[in-house]
Amino acid sequence: MSEVIVVTSGKGGVGKTTTSANVGTGLAAMGKKVVLIDTDIGLRNLDVVMGLENRIVYNLVDVVDGNCRVKQALIKDKRHPSLYLLPSAQTKDKTAVHEEQMIKIIEYLKQSFDYIILDCPAGIEQGFKNAIAGADRALVVTTPEVSAIRDADRIIGLLEANEFSKIDLIINRLRVDMVRRGDMMSSADVIDILSIPLIGIVPDDENVVIATNQGEPLVGNNTLAGKAYQNICCRVLGEEVPFMEFEKGISFWTRVTGIFHKN
Amino acid sequence: MIISRFFYRKSSRQVAKDRLKILLISDRANCSPEMMEMIKTDIAKVISKYMKIDTQSMEIQITKTGSKGRNMKNPALYANIPILDIKQ
Repeated sequence: MSEVIVVTSGKGGVGKTTTSANVGTGLAAMGKKVVLIDTDIGLRNLDVVMGLENRIVYNLVDVVDGNCRVKQALIKDKRHPSLYLLPSAQTKDKTAVHEEQMIKIIEYLKQSFDYIILDCPAGIEQGFKNAIAGADRALVVTTPEVSAIRDADRIIGLLEANEFSKIDLIINRLRVDMVRRGDMMSSADVIDILSIPLIGIVPDDENVVIATNQGEPLVGNNTLAGKAYQNICCRVLGEEVPFMEFEKGISFWTRVTGIFHKN
Repeated sequence: MIISRFFYRKSSRQVAKDRLKILLISDRANCSPEMMEMIKTDIAKVISKYMKIDTQSMEIQITKTGSKGRNMKNPALYANIPILDIKQ
């Protein structure tokens, strides 16, 4: 059975594309047949994050318009034999594709892939509707900031209204030092507010920027973020992996400073 | 300065959490601040018929009651209305 997962957040710039690239690559590295679909028409980025930008011939809009077959638009990632990317168009806009067309493409891809991962654009307009149309599972990415959490909450509401069977939360760019100082919400705070199951915490790690510069997903390598993404992939597959202890020592620290805080 | 921060200021983490909690209640209930204001004035008008209340410091808020999960199945309207004088 193939699973269709949409990576979404509402707010832009929280790490949807990085998450899609790493989760897709990680699952492929674990032997699953994976296709990544960039649904951000007009502002495509998944290709550069994956380092596949020079190999694009056809894109999603070409497939929808019938200029090519789905198979022709798929780019095979040479680093992983079972990983493919369906890039988005850079020249059109979100209205170039409709929900029914997305569902049709996804239904076709389901025949040959275990995981179909959709990188959703920011916002809640047509692009979002296209991205969630064919999906049955969602990974909601947020950062521990008020704006990102507010948008994530709105997105979760919309996903629930669309009867998603599984909605999991990824907390991205957590800064342990700031949480320790009491200047950033902890993962527990975010979960308390959003009330959906947590599937991963990715610490703020400069290696993510380096990996993006190089067009090389860092999942599985020996960095904090690489390990965090690896754990997320395992949890997507249903394995129980304990959460990394970034926040170790915080409970003690908050206990000490908590005495002085007047709440 | 650091010491005074510990003693007198709420951590920015707590401020963020508190602000979000209130913000999301109105977001989820899909209730605009203008509408809340209208409800508040109407409630004040009705109650004022029977007793003298402090309209300046009265507060109303939509919260979720004991229901589990994030689905707002049964939200509740809480009103905090200080009574100045109960008329006969």
